[in-house]
Amino acid sequence: MIYLDHAATTLGKPPQVAKAVYDAINHLGNAGRGCCQPALDAARVIYRTREQISKLFCLNHPQQVVFTSGITESINLVVNGLCRPGDHVITTELEHNSVLRPLYQKQGIELTILTCNQQGQITYHDLEAAFQSNTVAVFCTHASNVTGNLLDLQKIGKICNKHQVLLVVDSAQTAGLFSIDMQKDLIDILCFTGHKGLLGPQGIGGLCIRKEIELAPWKVGGSGVHSFSKQHPVQMPERLEAGTLNTPGIAGLSAALTELSHTRIEQAAIKAQQLMNLFYQEVVRLKSVTVYGDFSGDRAPIVSLNIGEYDSSQVSDWLAQDYQICTRPGIHCAPLLHQALGTQRQGAVRFSFSDTNTIEEVELAVKAVKEIADF
Amino acid sequence: MRKKCLCTVVTFPTTTAAMAAETFLRARQREGRLIPVPTQITASCGLAWSAPAGMKQQFTNDLKEQQIPFEQIVELVI
Repeated sequence: MIYLDHAATTLGKPPQVAKAVYDAINHLGNAGRGCCQPALDAARVIYRTREQISKLFCLNHPQQVVFTSGITESINLVVNGLCRPGDHVITTELEHNSVLRPLYQKQGIELTILTCNQQGQITYHDLEAAFQSNTVAVFCTHASNVTGNLLDLQKIGKICNKHQVLLVVDSAQTAGLFSIDMQKDLIDILCFTGHKGLLGPQGIGGLCIRKEIELAPWKVGGSGVHSFSKQHPVQMPERLEAGTLNTPGIAGLSAALTELSHTRIEQAAIKAQQLMNLFYQEVVRLKSVTVYGDFSGDRAPIVSLNIGEYDSSQVSDWLAQDYQICTRPGIHCAPLLHQALGTQRQGAVRFSFSDTNTIEEVELAVKAVKEIADF
Repeated sequence: MRKKCLCTVVTFPTTTAAMAAETFLRARQREGRLIPVPTQITASCGLAWSAPAGMKQQFTNDLKEQQIPFEQIVELVI
């Protein structure tokens, strides 16, 4: 099997990750729910992971790292904890439904969605022009999960800062592949998932919140402290973490982060991009193949394409059944971008690469696309 | 039965704050360990740092320096 669906979840995680999850299930108690050794060990693992995440994203405040199940929950938490009726929010057509749906569902807010061109790029001029007196936040992805195009976070951060509006970033396709510096990029809230570039298990993610920002709790309940109080604790991060945390997932994420040094992040990104470019250079020359996105600069290691008028689901199934190549077809939970690309009916076949792939695998994938294109 | 003695006890608003304190105090090689919050202070569940008596000022300085939130530092017989 050739796995080219790393944008959905990475395979080939460090073996320490599964071991940490196994050990956590067998040995860790419930953090903050007692003072016995297993409970304390769980709390220590969780705190160490907050420190690792805080350091990775240059937040420098472990207590501002909140754990969730992933970016969907993180964005729901931010939208519901931040936006009030009458507020204006800016987002883009590149967004995943994890961002769009919480914003659509939030009643009473005014939403501006920045459009993109046929290469899937927004313009920063449009962003500048979108601010209103009641704008409270810009929600944007760091990289499109369809095209792989990167947004210039530093540029967006500066624009938001100038307008004194919060920048909320979805790092699903970039955390663990690109350096993200919350201070340098002026990011106010960074949402991350553990199971993609960070190489952790599924079901664990979170958000990093700059110290000056206060979000209202979206859920309240068990906290392990002040049991007689009718109010949920107001202090971070427990303020936003009602209920038992996913300790095995956090332990797995911690093990992954221990393996992921900054050097390794850069090397992994370079290799994944090289493999992506090798694939792109070959398939873009094929007459019946349409590739989506801008390949002129740094980008997430993703190539989405269509072959003639073939249904993307049919092509993906063909690749899986006849070539044992794993890809993802369809709309990728990014409906507005597919509308902008004109692929809302056909969808697209997404090939996404990681440093665990090989040149031989890419060559086989190219050969498969050529054969299907020639069929 | 364990003999009771006078201790310095620090309570925290959250488990995370207690863990931050433990990480820091251990790095500074301060005496003490995490215990369940004594019911003499509160009937609430939660973690507290317990150390020999006479450490109140030291812990106050340490935790303030590191901006680690704490609720109270008391001396009591436990």
